[in-house]
Amino acid sequence: MATASASAPSASPTQDDLAFWMAAIATRQDRAAFAALFRHFTPRLRAFLQRAGAAGAAADDVVQDVMLTVWRLASRYDPSRATVSTWVFTIARNRRIDQVRRERHPEVDPDDVELIDPADSAEQQVSAVQDEARIRNAMAGLPPEQAEILRRAYFDDLPHTAIAEQTGLPLGTVKSRIRLALARLRLTYDQP
Amino acid sequence: MTAHTPAPHHHPDPAVLVDYAAGSLREPLALAVATHLWFCRACRDTVANAEAVGGALLAALPAAGDGDIGLAEVLALLDEPAAVAVAPRAPVAADIPGPLRHYVQGALPALPWRTTTKSLATVDLTTDVPGYRVRLLRIAAGAAMPRHTHRGTEVTVVLKGGYSDELGRFAPGDVAATDPAVAHQPMADADQDCYCLAVTDAPVRLVGWLGLLLNPFVRF
Repeated sequence: MATASASAPSASPTQDDLAFWMAAIATRQDRAAFAALFRHFTPRLRAFLQRAGAAGAAADDVVQDVMLTVWRLASRYDPSRATVSTWVFTIARNRRIDQVRRERHPEVDPDDVELIDPADSAEQQVSAVQDEARIRNAMAGLPPEQAEILRRAYFDDLPHTAIAEQTGLPLGTVKSRIRLALARLRLTYDQP
Repeated sequence: MTAHTPAPHHHPDPAVLVDYAAGSLREPLALAVATHLWFCRACRDTVANAEAVGGALLAALPAAGDGDIGLAEVLALLDEPAAVAVAPRAPVAADIPGPLRHYVQGALPALPWRTTTKSLATVDLTTDVPGYRVRLLRIAAGAAMPRHTHRGTEVTVVLKGGYSDELGRFAPGDVAATDPAVAHQPMADADQDCYCLAVTDAPVRLVGWLGLLLNPFVRF
């Protein structure tokens, strides 16, 4: 396990390294751990925001805002629900919506006591983190046309209907590629 | 609304759940999805996994720029108090799904209902997104709405009670989308008033990609 105080590691940190740094930030406001997270995520966040059309300085502002949010909300990060990369992705997604589009992203609070049919924590542990490792591996094997639709969906800030318009693909083709990708990644659950 | 509420039968299309997880839906549509998620654990799991796809894609992006860019500035800001305090949890109103509590406060029957017809009352919600109308609907128990079409496309999510129309029966959490081609006549269950969230794109935005946007919203 990498330590937070080490200088920037030459190899990419593992999910365990990222989770270790998050815990150090949450429990003791560890600035070295934060710097390590910062070095790992900000070049990727910058690429993410630039792809969605934020120009240089604007992208850097959102990157800074995302990382400050990571610092401030660190104690809310729950490793049983998502990996650090996924949690940071959701923060970046929401900050992009807020700062670029001036809108909210309405969400369900998984801890809300009124929530209908909440998942129990043991099920959650299994589904969240193990699924994520599996998803990561499975994504490498997606056919290129399915992977490309997913990249457009996540990076270009376009709903699938707009992707159809931009690419000239029939809407049914875009939907079926998304469905096939979801099936291949085994992301959809049987619905009663 | 209790723990015994059965799971919904009418769900958003999986492509719409991916749009939601990716963050590309406009706020009124994202609100309709989040309201469905409140009732539907299966779709919550799908969204969580679709967010993991986002995490994996983010992690795999080629780096743009050096990791030290801006680090000193951000480190200097860490001790500043947050400009915006973390919002406290909204007070619980048992019959209003969590995602809607940012927009309306209080219990459903006590909201400022505006009577439209004998059987229909509405409350407008503000989202500041032009081109959409977001309302709560209350259909009187046992009442049939007049047979109607929509000038735009309407996405509804049942909050409480239920109704039936040509498309089937709709209970809490169920999503329905009707486009201008669909004429339907919802009839509320006889035993209680039916409350719904309704998101409509305004007539002025009917043409173009927004018209396309809503039609594929729902899978039956």
